[in-house]
Amino acid sequence: MASPKIDRDTLLDIYTRTMKIARADEKFRSLLASGSLAVVYYTVRGQELVSAAMMAALEPSDYLVTTYRGQHDQIAKGVPLDLLFAEVAGKVTGTCKGKGGSMHITHPETGVMVTTGVVGSGLPIANGLALSSQNRGDGKVTVTCFGDGATNIGAFHEAMNMAQLWKLPVIFFCQNNRYGEHTAFADHTKVDSISARAAAYAMHSVKVDGNDAEAMYLAAKDAVDRARAGDGPTLIEAMCYRMMGHFFGADFSYMPAEHLAEMAAADPLPRLRKLMLDYQFSDSELDAVLADIDSEVEAAWQFAADSAYPGPEELRIDVFEEEVAA
Amino acid sequence: MSGKISMGAAINRAIDEAMAEDEGVILLGEDVGAKQGGGVFKVSSGLTEKYGAHRIRSTPISEQAIMGACVGAALAGFRPIAEIMLMNFVTVCMDQIVNHAAKLRFMSGGQTNVPLVIRTTTGVGVGFGGQHSDMLEAWFAHVPGLKIVTPSNPADAQGLMRSAIACNDPVIFIENILCYGLTAEAPEAGYRVPLGKAAIVKDGTDCSIITYGRTVIDALDVAAQLTEEGISAEVIDLRTIAPYDEETVLMSVRKTGRAVVLHEAVKAYGTGAEISARIHEALFNELKAPVQRIGGTFSPVPMANALEQAWIPSKDDIKQAVRTAMGWQR
Repeated sequence: MASPKIDRDTLLDIYTRTMKIARADEKFRSLLASGSLAVVYYTVRGQELVSAAMMAALEPSDYLVTTYRGQHDQIAKGVPLDLLFAEVAGKVTGTCKGKGGSMHITHPETGVMVTTGVVGSGLPIANGLALSSQNRGDGKVTVTCFGDGATNIGAFHEAMNMAQLWKLPVIFFCQNNRYGEHTAFADHTKVDSISARAAAYAMHSVKVDGNDAEAMYLAAKDAVDRARAGDGPTLIEAMCYRMMGHFFGADFSYMPAEHLAEMAAADPLPRLRKLMLDYQFSDSELDAVLADIDSEVEAAWQFAADSAYPGPEELRIDVFEEEVAA
Repeated sequence: MSGKISMGAAINRAIDEAMAEDEGVILLGEDVGAKQGGGVFKVSSGLTEKYGAHRIRSTPISEQAIMGACVGAALAGFRPIAEIMLMNFVTVCMDQIVNHAAKLRFMSGGQTNVPLVIRTTTGVGVGFGGQHSDMLEAWFAHVPGLKIVTPSNPADAQGLMRSAIACNDPVIFIENILCYGLTAEAPEAGYRVPLGKAAIVKDGTDCSIITYGRTVIDALDVAAQLTEEGISAEVIDLRTIAPYDEETVLMSVRKTGRAVVLHEAVKAYGTGAEISARIHEALFNELKAPVQRIGGTFSPVPMANALEQAWIPSKDDIKQAVRTAMGWQR
């Protein structure tokens, strides 16, 4: 192999985060397919590694703002799986007492401040979190995740301009999965790449193969270092694939055969496994990591399944600080 | 503190006091900085010099970015004030207000909250036409999670602004453009008016006029004139439009048996409809007349002065509504 570009511990960290995302996603899909769970769910199959490598470059106290297809981001950032499974299942023990669900996972303890169901809305909010860090001088970095589709909504442009104007410690992390809902990239955007748009705001940007663990991590690390040093925001365009439909169960026959073939060939999971072997990790070491993850996933689902649903009194709580009168 | 103060200066004073006490109070908006003159209505004048451009942030013309940044800063524990120059411009940042500021506390199960004040100016009667004049409070009153406040005088403006900044939930603070110049005795430093508490600004026994904002001044004028006809009107200034002080309203109407709900916003589907419905639900058997509603005409606000004056609820309209209530035969 070529000489290692990142240290072994970092790669193992990325592998562990990636596989935790993959196994949790697999579990959710099997629960949905079997009817054990009946909720709206946006699968993250194909986007596991981009997120794992990005979050591996962050500190636990750094802020994250993500979107409805955000489970990979939340898991990579450290949201405990039991709380996550319970939330997706609408249980009172979930991160948000079952009031948010998969589209609104929030967990400030791990820096997950907002998960929004509105495309593009996270970017302006990320600026505000970053502004708080700038004024406080707390050294935190804010990452906001979104897809290629989000770069055509006004909020993207307003937020990019403001972030650069104020040199905010924020990273705009575009996971270019080549589809905005059901519309292919070329059918919604005329420029060749999202990263090119940064020039319009005099912002630093980088385009990276998101399924290349080393390149993705190095790009993430560089952006984090810049933000922490006070050098301002970065737009990262991480190329990846959404390997299934827009939401679980959605038809994706509109994706052309050649796109599906290209996508299968680029699957980040076998590619990462191969890289691990190149870095001299043994199969048994990696299988042990997977076994730990699988038992964590099973325990998380068990916790969710055994938990209660929220009671109707929750409708009067958290609307305002004071309870709404019955 | 003694002497007279204008409503604009009272709001400035409240923000100034809050900024001096808490580093987390910041102001974002178009033209709000010293370099830009301290805001188009000068409400933030002098604040940059005292607190710096990192806390008084003059922004690009980007309402979504302003509101989103304030939501984010609020989530991080700041107490931001977003200035949306004119209320009609909330239309371009409704997503941040309605889907995010209002709902994040609930959707996060109470893990986060958004202590945000949205200051915005509006008002009919200055010839600004259809896109610079609307009172849009009813839209926001319909959204769980938002509080809406509007002062009718300088002391309330100062006291409500302090309470709005201290509130741990988002508050929309509506400033009527025609009220900026009103002057009155300045309240003491640190003066606060609690949110959710109406003021009975004139006692009466025959009919309750329930209103808020600029039309409080009209209602007081009408109430004085009606005294000459032997009618004793009580005037309630809601101050907080949502959630409003239902207890004070119902107590007053229980006493008078008659009510007129008055606002500058378009009458149809306005907050007056909600208040009127609640009075009927709670006091149907005690009412001496159906609740009367007065509000703006169901048309966009016109520019021409003659039309604009015809659009606004007039004092004669208010007087007539009270007389109708008084003359009702069951």
